[in-house]
Amino acid sequence: MLETTGIDATKSGTQEVLRVDGASVRYGAATILDGVDLTLNRGEFVCVIGPSGSGKTTFLRLLAGLVAPAEGRVLFRGAEHRAPSREIAIVFQDYANALLPWRDAEGNVSLALEAAGVPRAERAGRIRALLSKVGLAGSEKKFPSEMSGGMQQRLQIARCLAQEPDVLLMDEPFGALDAMTRQKLQDELLGIVRDSNVTAFFVTHDLEEAIYLSDRIVALEPDPGQVCRVFDVTLPKPRNQLSTREMPEFLRLRRELFDFIERFEP
Amino acid sequence: MTALKGLALPVALLVLWQLAVVLSGMQSDTIAAPDAIFAALGRALTEPAFWADTGDTLAAGGMGLALGFGLGTLSGVLFGLIPPVGRVMRVTVELLRPLPAIAILPIALLIFGFGYRLEVAIVAFGTCFPVLVLTEAAVRQIEPRLSEVARALALSPGARVRKIVLPAVLPRLFVALRLAAGIGLIIAITVEIAANPIGLGARLMQASNSLRPADMYATLFWIGAIGWALNWGMLRLQLWLFPATRGAAQ
Repeated sequence: MLETTGIDATKSGTQEVLRVDGASVRYGAATILDGVDLTLNRGEFVCVIGPSGSGKTTFLRLLAGLVAPAEGRVLFRGAEHRAPSREIAIVFQDYANALLPWRDAEGNVSLALEAAGVPRAERAGRIRALLSKVGLAGSEKKFPSEMSGGMQQRLQIARCLAQEPDVLLMDEPFGALDAMTRQKLQDELLGIVRDSNVTAFFVTHDLEEAIYLSDRIVALEPDPGQVCRVFDVTLPKPRNQLSTREMPEFLRLRRELFDFIERFEP
Repeated sequence: MTALKGLALPVALLVLWQLAVVLSGMQSDTIAAPDAIFAALGRALTEPAFWADTGDTLAAGGMGLALGFGLGTLSGVLFGLIPPVGRVMRVTVELLRPLPAIAILPIALLIFGFGYRLEVAIVAFGTCFPVLVLTEAAVRQIEPRLSEVARALALSPGARVRKIVLPAVLPRLFVALRLAAGIGLIIAITVEIAANPIGLGARLMQASNSLRPADMYATLFWIGAIGWALNWGMLRLQLWLFPATRGAAQ
């Protein structure tokens, strides 16, 4: 961590990692995001929900440094952030397009290590550890085309973890997976985030998924995209697919989020 | 089985040709009977000079292809990766590309004189542009998500080309190479027929000028066989190296 800036670094043990200050994003004449503010703290899990067209993905791309704000700014560890950084990893929804089809699982994870200049001798061990962490032990030599959707997404997550990121940005990563695989990956992801103390920013259109994973939920409204409300999720951890989803607090949040999203349904 | 069926027509034509010559008792300076052609081809295949001519054509064509393919690939990757460069160069490329390669023969002759260099230069000119266009298109069609992955991993431009761009376009680069090889052979033979006194094209012209139709057709069949073998070999190689191109291979 950069200690020199020292911005709000201590309050109740929270440490600011990424901050968005009044950022607007425009594509030509269209305003996609308008004056968005958000602070992400270390180890926090934040989900973003909102009706389609509310700029969820653009928000993620802004944090990633893939788009620059027209107004306002994005601060990463206190310094202005305008281009992608290896310390901010992105898990894309379309895992099939985001993996290198000509490299096997090891090779795909290796790409991130090669980018970071990790010496060849160290790579093999780290690749094996990462693949087993995401449940892909034994599939080292498989190519993405030989894997199921769930395995491919696990592989992409492994590649992102290989970057040893401070922030993990995820754009509807489980949207294309079946319900059982999705629940399993949700639990594994929570474990990974807890163990590596990474900050997670997770875009989803699945409201229950948002509640289940989050410490905080950011709700965006469309035309132009703005932060409408922030919901704190105080459900106990570790979460459990059965008991957490039956808690009164879970059901209350679920009702609240549905009411929120329903306002935008035609 | 389909290959055998496909051979039926050429074989039938040869038989008809032979019959026509025998039945009409033709004596000609322009047409030879198939049996005479195959006899001439058989003789030629035992002559060192025939193999030297074959070697000259393949060497000059091969070097020209290597040069044209190299230049075409390099500029294609460059133009594809840096769209402003591609846009600036577009007019130049589109003006030069439709020029028949053989049309630069008079200029090339003045610059290089007769010999290998003349042929290498013209083959390179003729093969460079199709490879450039195919490579540039292939680079542009790389999955955009992969470019974002490269950005997110902060890959250096060199690493991006080596680890993402080249492997992604490799199958289509090979298709370009196969097409360029065919074009290269056509241009090499054309240059030899038109001006350059080396190789199979020159042998073809000599046979024609000295009214030896059997030798002329033998050389022609041989050139056809080389072209066919070249394409067949490259196609096998392509299917073996890049099984995924099977649909687009033909």
